[in-house]
Order: sequence, then structure tokens, then C-alpha cells
Amino acid sequence: MPRRLRRRYIAVKVESNGEVKKEDLFYAIWNNILKLFGEYGASQTDLRLIEYNPEDNLAVIRCSHKSLPMVKASITCVTRIGRESAALHVQLVSGTLKSLKRKLSERIKKE
Amino acid sequence: MKFFIDLHLCPNLESQKETELMIRRSAELGYKAVGVPLPIKNHKDLAKKISKICDEAGLDFISRIDLEPSNAKELLRNLRFLRRKVEIISVKCMSKSVARQAAKDRRVDILFFSPLDVRKRFFDSAEAELASETNASLEIDMAPLLYLQGHRRIRLISKLREEVYIAKKHDVPIIISSGACELKLLRKPGDLASLGYLFGLDPNDAEKALSENPREIIERNRKKLSPNYVAPGIYVIRRGKDCPDG
Repeated sequence: MPRRLRRRYIAVKVESNGEVKKEDLFYAIWNNILKLFGEYGASQTDLRLIEYNPEDNLAVIRCSHKSLPMVKASITCVTRIGRESAALHVQLVSGTLKSLKRKLSERIKKE
Repeated sequence: MKFFIDLHLCPNLESQKETELMIRRSAELGYKAVGVPLPIKNHKDLAKKISKICDEAGLDFISRIDLEPSNAKELLRNLRFLRRKVEIISVKCMSKSVARQAAKDRRVDILFFSPLDVRKRFFDSAEAELASETNASLEIDMAPLLYLQGHRRIRLISKLREEVYIAKKHDVPIIISSGACELKLLRKPGDLASLGYLFGLDPNDAEKALSENPREIIERNRKKLSPNYVAPGIYVIRRGKDCPDG
């Protein structure tokens, strides 16, 4: 058993016609993980929704380092959040929350 | 930054507004070139229109025709008529005879199979062997993975895993395209590549399937369509006054 679990932080852009609630967003991703990889797969992801900013439509999700490909595939497969059709786009992936935020702000400055 | 190409963007060509929106969105998502399937009739006029929209969006437009012949004879007739008119010819193989004929014909660039009916996906070892000799590529659309649910998606993923294994074994280039017919099915190139994990395509191969593989086909065909092309290996390098005196 490793001493410390390696994690990955994913910044996700949410695109939807309606208003998106934090819980709905989390369950949309969670349901896709369950559909694609089952309960065994979902148990390996250690998935958490760290924050969601409805103004920027930007969410930060945490998962285990090993499950990153599974989580990314599941995020891409989201087509519906709540009752609205939606799409999620992975913006950035980083090893720490601090570096993710730094990279995000650098990207915003560039744009 | 990589040169990502979505070779199979399928907007409703009857609605110019929708076509424009989808092409602009593709540019925003990070694609540098898009291929839009044109109808066989009036493909020239539509190609001009879409090319203009792509220029405005800063994208390279790739003209493409999707053939869906009912038999091998029809396929040969269409190829004879259309090959020199568009940059990419893809064949949707709905029967085994068409699939085999398409795989052994050098004029076919892309083999494409029905995502909805897994029994009509005829990409087996024999097909792959023929395709590897003629340099035809296998195209995988990602949109069905997003909109299909339940056992239909399970069967598709399982079939794609088998096809990717066969394609790798026989060195058949794989192309990943969006196959999106509406805005909500468009994804970033990186996101499409991450879906490759579902059917055993590693990230490097998936990236290659979105950039290098389609680019190779386009460059090869643009060379062939240029007025300087004579035959395989023979090109006009100088003409008229450029030629040194005998």
C-alpha cells in the first residue's frame, strides 16, 4: 500500500443550455463512470468535485492518478446534466490544486 | 501545437447557419482542418460555400465524399466518376463484397462501417490485410459512443476493441473523427483521444489518429490532385520557360 495516494486535478469547462447545479454535475460524471467501468472501476477513481464556479462554468475535479484515463473518458461521454443536454471539455490536468490554478490563470491571461 | 484534423464533421448542409456554427465551434475547440462529407450531386458548389466558411473560421477545408454503394459494381462506377474530383473518398461498407472491393482498391482512402449495426462491421483480418496493401485507413467515429446507451454501446466498444487490435496487427492506419451532426457532440481533440482508452488505443496512437494519419492522406491526395502529378512517382517539376534549353 503506497504511503500517499497520487492524485490528479482536472479543470473542466461545462457547456449547457440551462443552469447547472453542483450535485447534478457530479452525478452526471459519476453515472458515466458507473456505466462505462462499473462499480469496481468507480471504486478506483476516488472522485471528488472540489469546486464549481457557475459564473465561469468551470469545475475542478479530483481523482486518483491511476484512474485518470477512465475519468477523462467518462467526462467526455457526458451528454446530459440534469434534464439539459450538455457537454464537458477537459481544460487542464495537474498534480496539485495550486499548480492547476496557476496554469489556469496563466491561460486566462494569454487569452 | 499539433495539427488536429476532424475528418468527419457532419453538419446539416441544408442549413447554412448550423454549418457555420459547427465549423466555427470546431475551430474554437482546437482543430486546424475539417473534412465535411459532400453529396455526390452539386458537390462543387457546396465545396465552394463550405470552403469560404472555413476560411473565415481559419480552418483548412477538406472536401470529402462518403460513398454507400449497394454492390461492388456501383462502387467501381462511383470511384471512376469521383476520384479526381474530391480530396478524400470514404466508403461506408454495408456488405462484405463492398468492404472487400473497397479495401483492395487504391482509390479508396477510408473504410467506414456502420456504428449502429455491429453485425455489419466487416473489418476482420482478411479485410485488414487487403487494406494494409492499399494504404486504406479505418475510420472510427466517436459520436456514437456519446449518444448510444446500454448494450448497443457495449457491443460497439467491444467490436471497436477487436478492430483496433486487428488494425494494429496489420499496420492499418486508424483515423479518429468526431462524426458529429450537432454542436453538443463536438469535443476537443484531446477529449476524443481520451475515448480511445475505451477500446485499447493508447494516448500516443489516439493522438496520431487525430493528426498524423489524416494529414498523411490529405497530403498524398493533394499531391495527386495537383496539375503537376503525372503518375505514381512522376511529377512535373518545371514547365515552359522554366525548363533549361536542351
